[in-house]
Amino acid sequence: MRAAAPGRTAPTPAVLAVSDLRTQFFTDAGVVRAVDGVSFTVGAGEALGIVGESGSGKSVTAQSLMRLLEEPARIVSGRIHFQGRDVLAMTPSELRKLRGAGMAMVFQDPMTSLNPVLRIARQLVETMMAHGSFGEGEATRRGVKLLGRMGITTPERAINSYPHQFSGGMRQRVALAMGMSNEPALLIADEPTTALDVTIQAQILELLSELNREFGTAIVLISHDLGVIAGLCSRVLVMYAGEVVEEGSAEAVLSDPKHPYSWALVNAVPRLDRDPTAGKRLTAIEGAPPDPLSEPPGCRFAPRCPFRIERCSDHPELLEIGPGHKSRCWVTQAGASLELPATAPLSTSPVAGEVGLATEGSEPGEGGIVALVRSSPPRPISPSGRAFGAPKERPTDLSHEGRGEEPPFPTPLLEVRGLVKHFALPKRGFFEPHRYVHAVDGVDLTVKRGETVGLVGESGCGKSTLARLILRIHRPDSGSILFEGNEIAQALPGTIRPLRRHLQMVFQDPYASLNSRMTVEQILDEPLRVHGLATTAAEIRERVAELLEIVRLDPKSGARFPHEFSGGQRQRISIARALAVKPSFIVADEPISALDVNIQAQILNLMLRLQEELGLTYLFIAHDLAVVRHISDRVVVLYLGKVAEVAPAKDLFAAPLHPYTRYLISAVPIPDASIERRRERLRLAGEPPSAVAPPSGCRFRTRCPLAQPICAETPPLLAEHRLGHFAACHFAGQF
Amino acid sequence: MPRYIVSRLAVTAVMALLATLVIFLIANMVPGDPILAQLGDVAASNKAFVAEWRAKWGLDLPLWERYLIFLKGVLHGDLGTSIASQRPVLEDIAQYAPATIELATVGFLLSLLIGVPLGMLAAIKRDSWVDHVARAVSLIGVSSPTFWLAFIMLALFYGGLQIAPGPGRLDPIAFSPPTVTGLFLVDSLLAGDVSTFRDAAAHLILPSIVLAAATLGLITRTTRASMLDNLHQDYVRVARAKGLRERRIVNGHVLPNALIPIVALGGLAYANLLTGAVMTETVFSWPGLGRYTFRSAEALDFPAIMGITLVVALTYLIINLVIDLSYAILDPRVAR
Repeated sequence: MRAAAPGRTAPTPAVLAVSDLRTQFFTDAGVVRAVDGVSFTVGAGEALGIVGESGSGKSVTAQSLMRLLEEPARIVSGRIHFQGRDVLAMTPSELRKLRGAGMAMVFQDPMTSLNPVLRIARQLVETMMAHGSFGEGEATRRGVKLLGRMGITTPERAINSYPHQFSGGMRQRVALAMGMSNEPALLIADEPTTALDVTIQAQILELLSELNREFGTAIVLISHDLGVIAGLCSRVLVMYAGEVVEEGSAEAVLSDPKHPYSWALVNAVPRLDRDPTAGKRLTAIEGAPPDPLSEPPGCRFAPRCPFRIERCSDHPELLEIGPGHKSRCWVTQAGASLELPATAPLSTSPVAGEVGLATEGSEPGEGGIVALVRSSPPRPISPSGRAFGAPKERPTDLSHEGRGEEPPFPTPLLEVRGLVKHFALPKRGFFEPHRYVHAVDGVDLTVKRGETVGLVGESGCGKSTLARLILRIHRPDSGSILFEGNEIAQALPGTIRPLRRHLQMVFQDPYASLNSRMTVEQILDEPLRVHGLATTAAEIRERVAELLEIVRLDPKSGARFPHEFSGGQRQRISIARALAVKPSFIVADEPISALDVNIQAQILNLMLRLQEELGLTYLFIAHDLAVVRHISDRVVVLYLGKVAEVAPAKDLFAAPLHPYTRYLISAVPIPDASIERRRERLRLAGEPPSAVAPPSGCRFRTRCPLAQPICAETPPLLAEHRLGHFAACHFAGQF
Repeated sequence: MPRYIVSRLAVTAVMALLATLVIFLIANMVPGDPILAQLGDVAASNKAFVAEWRAKWGLDLPLWERYLIFLKGVLHGDLGTSIASQRPVLEDIAQYAPATIELATVGFLLSLLIGVPLGMLAAIKRDSWVDHVARAVSLIGVSSPTFWLAFIMLALFYGGLQIAPGPGRLDPIAFSPPTVTGLFLVDSLLAGDVSTFRDAAAHLILPSIVLAAATLGLITRTTRASMLDNLHQDYVRVARAKGLRERRIVNGHVLPNALIPIVALGGLAYANLLTGAVMTETVFSWPGLGRYTFRSAEALDFPAIMGITLVVALTYLIINLVIDLSYAILDPRVAR
């Protein structure tokens, strides 16, 4: 492999020059201007980031570059020049020679972007052979080398495997190998890490950055995550409603955004590098992007913009406002800065509760700002040695119970001890023994009344299973679940049913979790009827309106169907449904991970406000550590079905004791280019081992730099190392 | 993979055993006493005589013992003696089966060779005239009643235009080729008799088209849907982004995936053709299993009916086995 690293400092000719690109979808409902006059250039070896929420046109832009779009999408005007050649004027055969050779692309979902019935070898080799650069034998040898370069262990074996034999992260490495196989001058990566865990995301991003440096490959990285862009890209485009609204160096855009939309994106995400107690403030712009069929004639962001002025009814141009920094905003073009007016009365009084609430835009769609300050530290965590109990191999053994002499603190709302759930896999053969997925393997968990416990871990660590066990959607194999003093681990459905009133769940996917054939009113009144909480039609109507009001939806929208609402609004309906029966405890399983960052902030703010107003207790499951730290009082870190660490959120992130926690925190990208570049990242190698045959002793030992013989022999106990800070590690805090 | 094959074989064997049990039980639980039917009123009133008869036919034995005897017979290729023809049932079936196998196979190949390419083209050139033709073919194929189609074809091509031969496997004056497989197309070629081969092939045209019509419609439609489904998968976009030729994308990437449901449907359709050709065989005077089944049912020839039922069951089981095994070849995710 030849490495051609062009000098980064020297002004390099543009590899790609796009000007006034317009891509439109000719749908039955009308013309959608998905990409509406986008211009940019990518220099040789440069890494450009394109950010924006879903529907902003960033992916359509990427696919337009290679002319991969199919009917009803058409590139109606504009110019795309790649290495001086006009892409839009190319014949199909010229285009084919360009694709995969000069310009390559990596897509978002590694699970679907490889052909399931073909071996990796064939998919990798055909890319090289299609462009006639290599014969089959040499292409195969190169393929093995490439897979090795992409960080796949035993590439000789991997190349003869099928895609289903790989994890998502591994498949994305294969996709990268395919993309890089002809050493393209430009690699377009469309949300390449969105479907991956944070530790794997960090690995893939680092790989991309190495490829950029080593091969001098220019990269266009498309992402909704500013943190992902920050580490890799030198320049950033921010897209909104089909237009570029801001363009500049990554440092400038992320630290001093000059368009209100970029400003909102930067401020909507909780960040690990900011102290949560000192003015922790999430800003959510209310409303949703404009209807792509009828965009407002003026500034497209104006209807949601907190900085809106009169002139915004005219459409602004993208103009230079500083060296290399362009913005499409009348306000910043006039030299004004984007500072939130300090008019919002931010409550800081602890009397008012821990969550001070500013104006929450009561009508979604109307330009309002939600600012939220979490002023006082979370509720005191029991100061005494709150016994968590050692994880037992025989979880029915409850002998540790006597250890925790509880001072007069409120009794826990939920107490889980030694919970175990193994799922049987289908047998391989008639006489083969059953194999089990050790999904949850002896988990202890305490949730006190009114607190929020965050549950984090990589996919497959058992967090969703744990949630389902607590709600008794699954029946645990063993262990105990005490909810409000009732033992429900093995209780019969009839016994649990009345308790379900107090235990509710909010699911991840707001599209799949609402029955599309029921109106909002039917969705909300069903739990009321089931639990006999409202009987007369008038009572029900009143309660439904009240619930919609609580989640800030139009109380009159009860007759509408879920498909008439946006993703964020649907998640509000989900929350309203959970609240219908006045529960005390809500399990939220990744409630915001399917949403755009702005909508995430709205839902987080809503959940915090509801907790304050209704005294709710949350078990909040998420893979986004910054979000978990933002909302949680205490955090539980799961690894492969076992608890690795439990601590108050502040302590956990300030001084993690378990090496796994440290890696997890380090893997989270920070949306600040200068920090992200300077930051020394701890990189967790490899992927979690199979939960079918988990490692002996400490489950993390196979990836742990501290691992000693004892780690393979003795499973570490979840012991209290500091006040309220538990870790299951033989060498806690030594990393 | 070997483990998968063994497990499929084992399942098929168990299913075959169950099939014999079900067939035996149904035959033995049909109301009506075979003794009464065979002996008539006078003899049936003689207790000693009846007992002797029962002992002779083994009807005094317990049910499970009778099943074992039946099963032993089946395993030795003894399906009993047909009441109507007074010949061993297996011999009857062996005589009628080749005609059906020949007809069904030609019909099946016809529907496959036309249906799959037509469905593929229809999907690739969606909403073009090919697509419309494909839609018309599948609609007509699926919705035309067999007897109606058979009569129309005969009336048009044999009676009217006189370009196709009439019913039967060969011209009435022609001689069958020496029997090796019983398939006239094969036997005539083995004997080097080209004119008989032509005659047999010509006689196959109309009945095989009639028989294949519905299957052709189903296969065209399934191929089209399955291709469309796969043409919009992410991996196709990836293949395009790699700069592959469109031909290679369709044949190398889309088709292997699209074939998976077609194999399942095709296999079952073939089993259907093999076992359900009664109507076509009757109209075309085709001396096949369908007509034998029909006659046996008419004559309440229980040994023959049981024999045919068993053959039908085994046909389905074997074809299912073949489907399962080809799944394992087509889709690496099946046999891990």
